[in-house]
Amino acid sequence: MFTDEALDIVGFPSTWKKCQRQTHDSKTCQTMPVHTAETETQVRSVSCNSTQTDPPEDLADQLTHQSDLSAEQPGLRDFLHRVEDLVIQELVKNSKSHAFDEYEVNWTDQHETVSCLFSLGYSEAQDRGLQVTSVSWNCTGSVIACAFGRVDDGDWSTEKSYVCTWNLDRSRVNPKQPDIVIETAKPVMCVSFHPLRPSLIAGGLYSGEVMVWDTSRAQDPVLAQTGMCLDTHKEPVYEVKWVPGLRRGDMAVVSACSGGRVLRWSVDGAEGKLTLTAGFALVRKQLPVSRSASKVRGDTAVGVSSLALSPWDTDMFLVGTEGGLVLKCSFSSQTVAAVPPNGESVTLHAPAQFCFTPRAGPVQSLHFSPFHRNLFVSVGTDGLAHVHSVLQPGPLLSLRVSDSYVFGVRWSPVRPLVFVAVTGEGVLQVFDLGQKSLRPVATIEQDTGGQGALCVEFNQHQLLAVGNADGKVNIWRLSAEFTEQRPRESTILQQLADDVPE
Amino acid sequence: MAEVEETLKRIQAHKGVMGTIVVNAEGIPIRTTLDNSTTVHYAGLLHQLAMKARSTVRDIDPQNDLTFLRVRSKKHEILVAPDKDYLLIVIQNPSE
Repeated sequence: MFTDEALDIVGFPSTWKKCQRQTHDSKTCQTMPVHTAETETQVRSVSCNSTQTDPPEDLADQLTHQSDLSAEQPGLRDFLHRVEDLVIQELVKNSKSHAFDEYEVNWTDQHETVSCLFSLGYSEAQDRGLQVTSVSWNCTGSVIACAFGRVDDGDWSTEKSYVCTWNLDRSRVNPKQPDIVIETAKPVMCVSFHPLRPSLIAGGLYSGEVMVWDTSRAQDPVLAQTGMCLDTHKEPVYEVKWVPGLRRGDMAVVSACSGGRVLRWSVDGAEGKLTLTAGFALVRKQLPVSRSASKVRGDTAVGVSSLALSPWDTDMFLVGTEGGLVLKCSFSSQTVAAVPPNGESVTLHAPAQFCFTPRAGPVQSLHFSPFHRNLFVSVGTDGLAHVHSVLQPGPLLSLRVSDSYVFGVRWSPVRPLVFVAVTGEGVLQVFDLGQKSLRPVATIEQDTGGQGALCVEFNQHQLLAVGNADGKVNIWRLSAEFTEQRPRESTILQQLADDVPE
Repeated sequence: MAEVEETLKRIQAHKGVMGTIVVNAEGIPIRTTLDNSTTVHYAGLLHQLAMKARSTVRDIDPQNDLTFLRVRSKKHEILVAPDKDYLLIVIQNPSE
C-alpha cells in the first residue's frame, strides 16, 4: 500500500536583492535617494566642531583597526628612533631621583590646628541623662544623625528616646536644636544612614527591634519596622549596617545583637515592614577556635558587640564579640547553626570561618581599611588597638590607646596610615602608622566632664563626629597634617600588610 | 613595523612605566599599551596640553620651541616627547 517514492526537486532562483532594490526605489521610499560625491576640495585639512556620534566609540574603532593603520604611518619609526633615547634617559633618571620626595604643593588653605566646629546637643535628651550611643553621616556628608540611649544601665529599659539630625551645611546651624527629632519608644543603640539615599536612616533599639526612618516624610518618619515579632532580636541591637540586597540596586539592612544573632532584612516601604531574608547565629561549639584558646576562655560569650563590612568583598564581614573574639564571617555560609528553633521564619546559618587571636574584654569597634583589602583595626575594653590582616590570626601591630576602655575606632578616609580612636575618658587619639613610635601623634581632649566618648565617624569632607556619654556630639576638623595624603603612604601600608611575623 | 613595536616594548619595560601611547598630529592615538578608554582620555587631554605648552614657549620667544614636557603629580609623572607628526606619551610611577 505504501511505497517509497522520490519526488523531483523544484527550485526557485533567489531574487531578494532585486526585489529589495525595487521596493526601495519605488514603494517605501518617499523621497528620491540623495547621492553625494566629492570630486575636488580646496582645503588641506578638515576639522569638525561636533558630531552626533560618540567620539570615544569612533576612536575605539580606530584603535581596534590598528593593523590597518599601521601600514599608513609614515615617519613613525623615525620619530620613535629620535625620541627613544631621550625618553628612556628621563625614565631612568626619574626612577633614581629623589628630587620630589616629601615635596608638597600648597593648593588649598591649610588648617594649622585641630578645631571643634560644633558641639551639638538636644536639651531634652541631655536633661534626662541620655548618652549618644551612635552617630552616622548621610551619603552627602552634610547631615549628621545621632542616636540617644544608654550604655551604663543593664536594666531592661522602656523609657522613650530620640534620634536627632543636624544639617551642617546650613548657613545657620543651631547646635542646641536639631533639624529633625524622631521620638522612639525605646533607647536607640545604633544608627546608620543609607549609603545612597540621603533621607533613610536604619536604627536598632535596646528592645531588639530594627527600624528604618525616612526623614523626608513630614508626618510619620517610620518607613519600616520589625515590631516585636518572633523574627527579630531578643537582645539589644548593637550594630545596623546597609548591605547590597538580593536584587541589583536594592539595599538591605543587617543587624547584630548581643544574643549572638546577625539578621538580614529587606525593606518593604509600601507595607511598612522589615522582612527577614537571612539569619546567622553564633554558637560556641561551632566557632573555629583553636582548642588551647577555647580552654583558656571557656566561658566567653558570643554576644555580638561590633560588626564591620568589607568595602571590597560584599560576602565578608567581621564580628567582634563580648567575649573578646574577632571572627571573620561569610554571608554565603550554608552550615546550619546548631541552635534550638526560636520561632524564626528562616533557617539560621553559622557564618564564622576564621577566628583571630582573642582579646581580653569585649571588642567594641571594628573597621576595615579603605585603602587595603586585607587590613582592619579593632579596639576593645582592654585599651588596645590591634591592626590586623585578615590572613593572619595574630595582630600585625598592637597599640596602647588608653588605660581606660576604647569604644570606637575609624580609619582616615584620606590618609592610609592614620586612624582615630575614642576612649572612656572622652579623649580622641590620632595614630599615624608612618611614624616610628606606636604612641598617638595627637591627643584631643574633649570637655566632657570626665565622661566617655562612645562613637566616632568620619565624613568625606574630613569632618570627624564624636558622640559622647554626656549627650553631646562634637564635630572636629583635623589639621592639614591628617587630611592630606603623603607620597609613598600607600606603599608603606602595603608593606605593613605583607609583613609576616616570624 | 615590528621595529616600532619593539621600541615601545623597550620603553614599557622600564621601571615604573604604567603605559605608553603614541598620538598622531590630530590627537588620535595610534599605538597604546593601555585600555581604550584610558588611552582616549590621556591622548585627548595631553595632545591639547602639549600644543598649549608649545604655543606658550613660542609666544614668549619666537626663536624657541618646546622639546619635552614633563608633568609631575602626586601619583605619577607624565612624559611627553613632541614632534611635528606625533607625540609619545609615557606614564610613569616613579616611586614604584
